[in-house]
Amino acid sequence: MRQLEFIIRRVLTSIFVLIGVSVMTFVISRVIPTNAAALYIGPKARPEDIERVTKQLGLDKPLPVQYAVYMTELLHGDLGNSISTKRPVLDEITGRLPATLELLFSAMLFATLVGVPLGVLSARWQGNPLDIGVRTLSILGVSMPAFYLGLLLQILFFRNLDILPLAGRVSGDLRFTNPIQPITNFFLIDSLLTRNWVALKDVFLHLILPSLTLAAYPLGLIARMTRAAMLETLEQDYIRTARAYGIRDYVVTYLYALKNAINPTLTVVGLTFAFALTGAFFVEIIFNWPGLGLFTVRSLLNVDYPAVMGVTLFGATGYVLINLFVDIIQAWMDPRVSLK
Amino acid sequence: MAVEQVPALELETQSARTFRHALNVIARDPLSLASTIVIILFIFMALFAKQIAPYPLEGAGKTNVDNSLIAPSREHPFGADLLGRDILSRVIVGARPALIVPIGVVLFAVLIGAPLGAIAGYKGGWVDEVIMRVTDLFLAFPSLLLAMAIASALGRGLDKAAIALVVSWWPWYTRLVRGVTLSLKERYFVEAAQAIGVSDWTIILRHILPNTISPVLVQATVDLGTVILAMGGLAFLGLGTQPPSPDWGLMVSEGRAYILTQWWIATFPGMAIFIVVLAFNLLGDTLRDIFDPRQYK
Repeated sequence: MRQLEFIIRRVLTSIFVLIGVSVMTFVISRVIPTNAAALYIGPKARPEDIERVTKQLGLDKPLPVQYAVYMTELLHGDLGNSISTKRPVLDEITGRLPATLELLFSAMLFATLVGVPLGVLSARWQGNPLDIGVRTLSILGVSMPAFYLGLLLQILFFRNLDILPLAGRVSGDLRFTNPIQPITNFFLIDSLLTRNWVALKDVFLHLILPSLTLAAYPLGLIARMTRAAMLETLEQDYIRTARAYGIRDYVVTYLYALKNAINPTLTVVGLTFAFALTGAFFVEIIFNWPGLGLFTVRSLLNVDYPAVMGVTLFGATGYVLINLFVDIIQAWMDPRVSLK
Repeated sequence: MAVEQVPALELETQSARTFRHALNVIARDPLSLASTIVIILFIFMALFAKQIAPYPLEGAGKTNVDNSLIAPSREHPFGADLLGRDILSRVIVGARPALIVPIGVVLFAVLIGAPLGAIAGYKGGWVDEVIMRVTDLFLAFPSLLLAMAIASALGRGLDKAAIALVVSWWPWYTRLVRGVTLSLKERYFVEAAQAIGVSDWTIILRHILPNTISPVLVQATVDLGTVILAMGGLAFLGLGTQPPSPDWGLMVSEGRAYILTQWWIATFPGMAIFIVVLAFNLLGDTLRDIFDPRQYK
């Protein structure tokens, strides 16, 4: 019951925050710019266009009315049209989302699957060379700009070793030899579903370097947080008791201790997911990855204002939802969370 | 009035003691000491860029096409870029936007965020409610995404990027200082000040804020690495410093096209970001171990 209450409360706060987010994007897009209409038309705005768009966007009306119109459009899924592509911003975003999510999920999966065990081992062997190695790795990971690490990996694995592709999501000729049937637009899944093994290998090889680059920061944070949480848990009385009973070391570490240390780790995974979203923008530029980030950055540089604001709203919404999701999972895994 | 001075005095010696303690720990830990020295050297380099850079004019943007894309050599230890500008000089001159500006960003974020946090925590009630709900709104965005949106609303430029970063970073300090304030409010010296009728504002200014300095300082050091990365990111995207001025992030972006042939153009400025951020993170880790500002969250 407590848990249900907690979840309902969290959902309600999230709705409140989302409304706030819409106010913020409204302010950034319509109130801060001195001439919002000009921004919506783009660099080649003529005075008559500005007048037309001012009317169209209702920029001559009072702010509360403007916000009401803005909100109505939002609720109909209308984020406006991109200046450079002329297509609805929402279509541009959803069309590119699978590419970004495929990159994001593989990076986060890698960061979690490697980061958590590293953190556990490092805590279990505190002070050992292994621990020092893990701590060094995690601090290097969080200190490295993604756009720089990507370049270094390209130099190493493409130029020097020549074992991985330089950039892109698939090889250029794959389209002609073994085209991928779009089903989910997650290329790994699509090529698996259609048993297109040539494509699967190609997609996988293209995914390695971008995922590694994107994973570096979350991996460092996750390993370090897991380590800290494990160190705290391993000092608890019940762990000492378990050891005194002669229960095997790995059972104590992985079953008894990790279970209690996993919650702070989960929070970090949720948080870094959001960091990784912006990290993905840089990785996409470096690896010419046809996702949301490449689109956003192109929009930023072309001053494609509706597109930028659409992505901002979309990203913030995703961030709020991820946080909500993490909290719900935590409440489900650890009833104590609902009591806070 | 004399009575009022006592608690303030007592807490000053207390914070002086923790500060000395921190200095001791840093001096004994080789990694933290090295990080501190690296940070000081970089700041020194940034402040005296014009005097230190071997080719200060090229550092600022003057082209020298005869030297286009020359490899690292004795005259140009880091090589030269497409327009023949000495990379070493540009890394040195670029330290100001890449390092000093982020320090300023954190400073402004603290100056805006900390007093608000102290007011929210001390006053409580609807004041607290309003301030904290506003910070929630800002924290609902991934910081860099918010900064990118604001930077694009303001237009390109170093000053605009800096403003955008301040706007997206101040709420973190509000939240931290509010937490610290809540725990300070229970302490005797605050109660004593209240009892003798010291005004709320004086208590916040004289008794609360000075005591939040050490957790804020630690958090600021930890955050500096992140803000330098964010600034580098904005510069890399072309939203920060505009060419021909140098900035580490911008230089990496400029050198990107040449990484397979003229690797030095992007490598050295990128390494500068990495080293500085690493130094701040190492120092921040040590400071966090000593003070642990997270205990207030």
